[in-house]
Amino acid sequence: MAVATPGLFRRFARNRAALLGLIILIAVIALALAAPTLYPRNPLRIVGPAELWPLQDPRFPLGTDSIGRNIAAIIAHGARATLLIGLFASLTATLIGVTIGSVAAWFGGWVDELLMRFTEMFQVVPGLVFVLTIVSILGGTVQNITIAVGVVSWTGIARLTRAEFLTLRDREFVQACRAMGMPDWRIVLAEVLPNALPPVIVLSSLAVASAILFESAVSFLGLGDPQVASWGRLVGEGRTLIRSSWYISAVPGVAIMLMVLALNLIGDGLNDALNPKLRNR
Amino acid sequence: MAGLDVRGLSVSLYTRGGVLPALSEVSLSVQPGRTLALVGESGCGKSMTALAIMRLLPEPPARIIAGQVMLGDTDLAALPERRMLGVRGKAVSMIFQDPMSSLNPVVPVGQQIMEVLRRHENLSGRAARTRAAELLTLVGIPDAEARLAEYPHRLSGGMCQRVMIAIAIACRPAVLVADEPTTALDVTVQAQILELLKRLQAETGMALLLITHDLGVVAEMADEVAVMYAGRVVEQGPVDAIFAAPLHPYTRGLLGATPSGGTAGRHTRLADIPGSVPSLAELPAGCAFAPRCPLAHAACTAQPPLTTLAPQHLAACFAALGVPAHAA
Repeated sequence: MAVATPGLFRRFARNRAALLGLIILIAVIALALAAPTLYPRNPLRIVGPAELWPLQDPRFPLGTDSIGRNIAAIIAHGARATLLIGLFASLTATLIGVTIGSVAAWFGGWVDELLMRFTEMFQVVPGLVFVLTIVSILGGTVQNITIAVGVVSWTGIARLTRAEFLTLRDREFVQACRAMGMPDWRIVLAEVLPNALPPVIVLSSLAVASAILFESAVSFLGLGDPQVASWGRLVGEGRTLIRSSWYISAVPGVAIMLMVLALNLIGDGLNDALNPKLRNR
Repeated sequence: MAGLDVRGLSVSLYTRGGVLPALSEVSLSVQPGRTLALVGESGCGKSMTALAIMRLLPEPPARIIAGQVMLGDTDLAALPERRMLGVRGKAVSMIFQDPMSSLNPVVPVGQQIMEVLRRHENLSGRAARTRAAELLTLVGIPDAEARLAEYPHRLSGGMCQRVMIAIAIACRPAVLVADEPTTALDVTVQAQILELLKRLQAETGMALLLITHDLGVVAEMADEVAVMYAGRVVEQGPVDAIFAAPLHPYTRGLLGATPSGGTAGRHTRLADIPGSVPSLAELPAGCAFAPRCPLAHAACTAQPPLTTLAPQHLAACFAALGVPAHAA
């Protein structure tokens, strides 16, 4: 990929906050990968006394929930679902958004008109309502949530891609590529797209964060997959005990917050690192 | 090798304000190994002619409505776009005014050269790399092998133009269209780039269509000159004849407005041409230059034909033809 010039990581790491975000993300990925080793049994199994506070029992470092399930195990396994849904929903959104945005800008005219009106149709529907509708019709499996979140998140990416393409389409190097006999599809994929990608990558990384929030909201409302450990679901289940055992909601809540914060910091860092105008600083 | 022969090329712009004649019956020809300079003020249709030859006009609004662009026996103006893809960059190449923005900023220059080799010469991998390095050496870039990995923003304007030239000549084109190739460059670099183009032309025998508004460049490079005004060729001829005995009052105006150009002495005042190029929407009837012309008379409300007035020297002007005012 053309954007991966040497020194990309150095430019990224110059932003301390972004580095912190990256460290948190790596820690969560490590936790997700280690989950089957750390807690090989089903995390949704009852393993101890109910409502055991964190740091009381070394077997349950983050305590147990209202029915005696290990919160640490749920967090570790929940990280898998959270990351998978966040990543694939963002990928889906990026794929749809980049395709629609670039086609609209490149062909212009009525194609542009049609695709942008289509995009606006999606934009006027509140995202969460849309996701809940899709999930309640298709069922709350991980795949369905991923697709639903992807389908509501692509509009911003499409508009950004379109704007980038519009400024790039009439640049001289595109003309020069035509003059050397490159066909349109090749110019779009090999010449224009790499120029348009940096801001799109930033927005996609932020879309991962918003996808995680969508998933948490769906699970919080109890529409997620009951067979899958999820941070959002645990927050929702803990809310009835919020007065006495607030940690049940707080622990996964902090996990969600850290994860979303980390992704936003990474997005900021990528923005700085990928911005060609700051490249030679 | 085939030369380029443009015959009666007319291009119209279909805008909301109506149909505007961007080019009217432009005829040019460049033989292999020769250089034709296309000169004129901004907006007179020089670049439009180049884009029409390359079939790179923005369509809409522009459209070729008449004429042929003959390359050997092929009429490029009538070629379907699919066949045209095989012509651009192969038989006819083009270089542009601003080399810095003509290269893709996020792709190493080597890749950009290899792209054209892959497309037209079926070279790939190592062979394309080797050839790209050869081309860079050919256009005078030292340490070519290492430069292949360089991004355009790391190269100077002159270097970028050399890379553009390397891309343009990669497939040994019969015709090279150079649209103000030195306008954006420093004077010293300008001379180097012109030298390079001359050398490459001598080596490959390509025909060069050089678009410029710099008469110094014309004197340096051209064999023939075509002067354009408001989308028409108003004078055409061998470079010596144009400089020594310009026939059209516009050409005389251009030469008079050039510092130390033509026959002007060292301390004479530059003569400017009053007024500016009329917009395509407001072209006067007849000769478009008449409102600015010191020799205009009643006959000039008709369109003067491009007529041979001296050996190979054509001009479109009633005054030069010797038509008296009452004849119209």
